[in-house]
Amino acid sequence: MATFAHRNRRSGRRSPLTSAALLLIGLLATGGAYAAFTATSSADAASQTQVTKLTEEGEKLFAANCASCHGLQAEGTEDAPTLIGVGAASVDFQVGTGRMPMAASGPQAEQKPVQFTEEQIAALATWVASLGPGPAIPDERYLQGDGDLAVGAELFRINCAMCHNVAGAGGALTQGKFAPGVVGVSAKHVYEAMITGPQNMPVFNDANISPEDKSAIITYLQYLETSTSPGGLELGSLGPVSEGLFIWIFALGGIVAITVWLTAKSN
Amino acid sequence: MTVTATTTETTASEATAETQVEPGKGMRFVNWGANYIEDRTSLSGFVKELGRKIFPDHWSFMLGEVALYSFVVILLSGTFLTFFFQASMTHVVYDGSYAPLKGVGMSAAMASTLDISFDVRGGLLMRQVHHWAALLFVASVGLHMLRVFFTGAFRKPRELNWVVGFVLFVLAMGEGFTGYSLPDDLLSGNGLRIIDGMVKGIPIIGTWISYLLFGGEFPGEAIVGRLYTLHILLLPALVVAAIGVHLILMIVNKHTQFAGPGRTQGNVVGVPIMPVFAAKAGGFFFIVFGVIMLVASLVTINPIWNYGPYDPSPISAGTQPDWYIGFADGMLRLIPPHLETELWGFTITWYILIPIAVLGLFIVLVAIYPFVEAWITGDKREHHIADRPRNAPTRTAIGAAGVTFYAVMWAAASSDLIATHFRLSVEGVTHFLQAALILGPIIAYLVAKRVCLALQKKDREIALHGFESGRIVRLPGGEYIEVHERLSDYDRWRLVSYEDYAPLMVRPNAKGRITTGTKIRGVLSRWFFEDRIAPVTRSEIEAAHHDH
Ligand code: HEC
Ligand code: HEC
Repeated sequence: MATFAHRNRRSGRRSPLTSAALLLIGLLATGGAYAAFTATSSADAASQTQVTKLTEEGEKLFAANCASCHGLQAEGTEDAPTLIGVGAASVDFQVGTGRMPMAASGPQAEQKPVQFTEEQIAALATWVASLGPGPAIPDERYLQGDGDLAVGAELFRINCAMCHNVAGAGGALTQGKFAPGVVGVSAKHVYEAMITGPQNMPVFNDANISPEDKSAIITYLQYLETSTSPGGLELGSLGPVSEGLFIWIFALGGIVAITVWLTAKSN
Repeated sequence: MTVTATTTETTASEATAETQVEPGKGMRFVNWGANYIEDRTSLSGFVKELGRKIFPDHWSFMLGEVALYSFVVILLSGTFLTFFFQASMTHVVYDGSYAPLKGVGMSAAMASTLDISFDVRGGLLMRQVHHWAALLFVASVGLHMLRVFFTGAFRKPRELNWVVGFVLFVLAMGEGFTGYSLPDDLLSGNGLRIIDGMVKGIPIIGTWISYLLFGGEFPGEAIVGRLYTLHILLLPALVVAAIGVHLILMIVNKHTQFAGPGRTQGNVVGVPIMPVFAAKAGGFFFIVFGVIMLVASLVTINPIWNYGPYDPSPISAGTQPDWYIGFADGMLRLIPPHLETELWGFTITWYILIPIAVLGLFIVLVAIYPFVEAWITGDKREHHIADRPRNAPTRTAIGAAGVTFYAVMWAAASSDLIATHFRLSVEGVTHFLQAALILGPIIAYLVAKRVCLALQKKDREIALHGFESGRIVRLPGGEYIEVHERLSDYDRWRLVSYEDYAPLMVRPNAKGRITTGTKIRGVLSRWFFEDRIAPVTRSEIEAAHHDH
């Protein structure tokens, strides 16, 4: 299943099933946030019960897995910030990329294998979203990778490259923190990263970068992922450092080996 | 001077040529052509002289050739690029076939580089050949310099050629820098911005020089055109001239060679250029060319399409210069920030001035090292036998210290990548390298010197008593000994024939006075030669033989 989803992502297409599932999660999560504050109309009674069920399940999951750090009502503790108002998107990103529940304390919470199923993540997100309004799970229509490629590339260079490198290969920040590589991250998580600003990443709200422009950035990242490199091996897209090492070790090293061989023959 | 083992061979082949009957049509044409040219230029004397130049056959003597051949590849591929490159900063809107930049405003330089990469047949390959060959050129020049340094091949009469070679190295860096700044992409623009910052950091004249360079406020519209003139006109002319002088001096001075039987200060043993070496060299050219082509066709270099056009606001994580400028970038990263003095309303930016001074001093030291060593050692003799590095422990140790100093600066240029790839913090890496910049060379000096002396001792042991054969023999008395195998005379030669130096004696000059200069020199000379292992003498060898 995992490899299947992965392959789909690579080809830049998404199976209709996944789309439907995502749409459902999105709707449920946004619905959940509203549910906490607005009286529900009887027309949604069915979905309302569904949301309540998710919220309840989320609360249980949270109490079992997250409360030790974030507090029972997600009010925050000494070890971790409050999650009231971080929104469904933040939970979906943090748990969906395996960053939460946080394991070891290091310079930053790092990615691990994801520990929850899609439904469990949705439940957690719905419950956290019900605590206070925050960024919702992004609308599927911005995640298609059909935005303006050139605009996306330019926006990425201007807004993201200083931390993530022009080719999205990642880069160092201060105190042992780093901006990870962003090529190959799912469209939903890219969008969520922009609207929630995990850890040392700034928040890019809709006034900074409009949803259409976010969609363009996602389009560019997907282009980087799917297009083959015109020039051959990319050496990690790290620029002149890897090129310099390559020329010394492989090219000059190879030539020196040849000279040793040539002169050895003549002796 | 040239006593060669092959002179007789040449005459022999001439003799066979004479006895040949009736040359074929092609041969007759060649002969006619040769005569035609000879009648008008009298070149044959020169060609003969050149053809008899002897080339030693140790691999390390071929590094200079690698540099020469990669330069030829640079010229060829560079010429191709000039056909399509537009050295202009006129604003255009890109409309080529690379989708992510379509409709983006950029300079004509950037647009034409993209066209070379995506729309000119073979253009991307030529760009990559040119750039990889440039990296290889500087790398092989560097390695060649290290070979010359560690074997003492820069000593009289070759000091001048060391300086010419050094000038070539600097010119090569200049060529490289002006070259990778041409596409006007984000990476090169950031590099120019750093240069601009350094220039502006020079007190009083800095800002003026910057305005002069860029034809106004950075980045202006002039810089690419100016760099282009330097890159394809002035610098190549200087490089070609310097290579010419370098090769002529090499022919005049002849090659050094490692010690061996039959090899003296007065001859060079190896193969003459004509015909054997020329054939080998031709083949070797194609090997170097082949390696460059292979790398260029398989591996991306400087993907300007990722960097996009230059724009002063963005910068990419992991922005570094090409490797040969890395040491300068590294020095800038190593200098502690905030080193500034406010003086009469002017700010003196030490964090710019100190790196410039350190880099300048380092470079100058490299250039004048032969003269410094000659002065310290007081050695005015000619040297044509290359030193084995261990036999000149102090020089080797100085070299090791220099290499370490350079390497630390170089590593500092990639401090951020070291941090991300080894899971460290950038600050930690920087602080470690700051310490290493000072302690590293000292440690390298001490270790290298000890290692040299130990190796010399081992050589001495082997020369006197042979090497351990691994064969344990039990004597009738019950004693076990390991049989030492005696060296052949040939092998021993390599170990024992090096020159011994004693520290300079401080002597009064003609006026009977000892000047401070002489005193300093005496101290330095003692430092240079104090620790040494004397070469094995004939009587010692004979004595050792009698023992067995
Ligand atoms: C070991 C303690 C720990 C556990 C367990 C833990 N977290 Fe966290 N969490 C943290 C810390 C610390 C941060 C703050 C990291 C940062 O942003 O620097 C954080 C941040 C977050 C954020 C981002 C908040 C924001 O401002 O956007 C979310 C969302 C989150 N956690 C959700 C969860 C969920 C859901 C779970 C349970 C599945 C969980 N966490 C379990 C320690 C923990
Ligand atoms: C100030 C530096 C900075 C900037 C600017 C920045 N990011 Fe980030 N980004 C980070 C850091 C740090 C993380 C890691 C956060 C974490 O691990 O929780 C990150 C994480 C991400 C991730 C998650 C990667 C993963 O492997 O899960 C994505 C996607 C991402 N950023 C996209 C972007 C985009 C798109 C932009 C530009 C609009 C951007 N970032 C701008 C610092 C930055």
